[in-house]
Amino acid sequence: MPKMLLEVEKMKKYFPINGGILGRKIGEVKAVDDVSFSVYEGETFGLVGESGCGKSTTGRSLLRLHEPTEGKVTFNEKEITSLSPNELRTIRRDVQMIFQDPFASLNPRQTVEKILEEPLIVHNIGTPKERKQMVSDMLDTVGLNSYHAKRYPHQFSGGQRQRIGIARALMTKPKLIIADEPVSALDVSIQSQILNLLDDLQKGFSLTYIFIAHDLGVVRHICDRVGVMYLGKIVELSSSEKLYEKALHPYTEALLSSVPIPDPTYEREHIELIGDMPSPSNPPTGCSFHTRCPQCMEICKTVQPKFEEIEEDHYVACHLFSKNEQL
Amino acid sequence: MAELAPNKAPETAIRGARFLLWLEAWKSFKKNKLAVVGLIIVLIFVFLAVFAPVITPEGINEQKLAERLQPPSSEHWLGTDDFGRDILSRIIHGARISLWVGFVSVIGSIVVGCFLGILAGYYGRWVDTLISRFFDIMLAFPSMLLAIAIVAVLGPSLRNALIAIAIINVPNFGRLIRSKVLSIKQEEYITAAKAIGMRDRRILFHHILPNSMAPIIVQGTLAIATAIIEAAALGFLGLGAEPPTPEWGKMLADSKDYLVQAPWTMFFPGIAIMLTVLGFNLMGDGLRDALDPRMKN
Repeated sequence: MPKMLLEVEKMKKYFPINGGILGRKIGEVKAVDDVSFSVYEGETFGLVGESGCGKSTTGRSLLRLHEPTEGKVTFNEKEITSLSPNELRTIRRDVQMIFQDPFASLNPRQTVEKILEEPLIVHNIGTPKERKQMVSDMLDTVGLNSYHAKRYPHQFSGGQRQRIGIARALMTKPKLIIADEPVSALDVSIQSQILNLLDDLQKGFSLTYIFIAHDLGVVRHICDRVGVMYLGKIVELSSSEKLYEKALHPYTEALLSSVPIPDPTYEREHIELIGDMPSPSNPPTGCSFHTRCPQCMEICKTVQPKFEEIEEDHYVACHLFSKNEQL
Repeated sequence: MAELAPNKAPETAIRGARFLLWLEAWKSFKKNKLAVVGLIIVLIFVFLAVFAPVITPEGINEQKLAERLQPPSSEHWLGTDDFGRDILSRIIHGARISLWVGFVSVIGSIVVGCFLGILAGYYGRWVDTLISRFFDIMLAFPSMLLAIAIVAVLGPSLRNALIAIAIINVPNFGRLIRSKVLSIKQEEYITAAKAIGMRDRRILFHHILPNSMAPIIVQGTLAIATAIIEAAALGFLGLGAEPPTPEWGKMLADSKDYLVQAPWTMFFPGIAIMLTVLGFNLMGDGLRDALDPRMKN
């Protein structure tokens, strides 16, 4: 059993909705609602779901870029959620993030060299000369050239910018990288290059990834274990082979049936979900998926299903598979 | 990898990347004829101010009572005032004072305004409330009235007029930078900076401030024009420069008694004020278009 690197217990992130004349809190958006999972050293853990299901918020709350409302995050036996701002800065050396939009995540007024050097300056790594060398080495590692160092972000293509973003995340030699949809803003032809790069880097730097995506095809390619999120909750969590072969939760089934297959003659059952995702500020009672579930039962409307291990290493929150029959 | 085709870019192009940004702005500025006119006017006045002692025909206080209130002639191009002083010489020296007051007071307002605006915009909550309400209170007074009040408290002198002008312009810059910070702090690269583990101070000065400079430069240029007018107004009211300083506003005030007898004594200082202000305004408008293309429409 590999070592557990990150453990998330019952994490919640509620955003307040302020309104009225006095700007008082009149409600809250339950962006992340009671999420628990653990990530093992060296693996790639995927988080998938529709847009707005809270997967990005989960990723950011792990790093305390959003302060989690409740819950505990433990990284490398240190509890992130209770660190002081200074200790938090230290730990960020080991946990880095790759952002979705390579156009917005780089400061337009800094050269690539400056962008890459900054993590080193912030964490007091190396002398100016050593830092220059590290920057130029890192540019080579991510498939850019050292002469790119003096350029500005706007002089690069989207794929190249994402390489810069990846290089920045790697500068401090982190253990865990949270990749927030790192390829969804890129052309399909570039996506595979970036994914291969991430794969190579994982081997080269013995990295652990938390890979946030909405594209199940991408996730299957890169992830060892996958958590499927719906409306702020993880509804199914399993190894990616198991998930793709035998998805249990009706929502996962629906998601998988929507993955395009590059074969026009192939016919399969297409599960179409009706309606939109309910608002996370007013989630449905019982199972949050019951409003769109094709196999909805009476109990689903009132009782929230437990997140249980149905078979080895396969967790599901669904009454269809619930062990303790309450029916 | 197609996107990484070996492109051996010439070294000069790489080194000049920052320079290129400015070159682009300059190109777009150059197309605006009025802005170029403004720039030329400003440059002429800067030239006059810098070389004033070299180019003026006479000193600022050479009184020749026999030649008082003479109309423009080949000897005194712009005539003489009631003490027989050469008006052209005084106007050229006055350019030094007006530009000095304009630049220094605006730089002062920018420094203080930026500091307060950044605090308000970045930290929000009660810091923002406190600073923003303070700005609101200052803006509630007509700026000239506030300047007069400040000078009245500090005592009339050119230096105190400058301080007053700097103070009354602080809320303008403060609000501008606050709104800019509010939008920039939502940018992903600020989140990225936090994720790296950067301290607030570094985020503010290395990321937020450089990205909010363009509107400050534009507003600063326009504010120089206003500051020059305000300095002249304070001088006119006797709250600025003291005699015999050749301050333009003061020159207007001194010559108003001879308006009928010798209109040139008032006419030329007025023209000087108008031209500098016009120059800075035209230049500021041009800069705005050049630095922020989105504002063109």
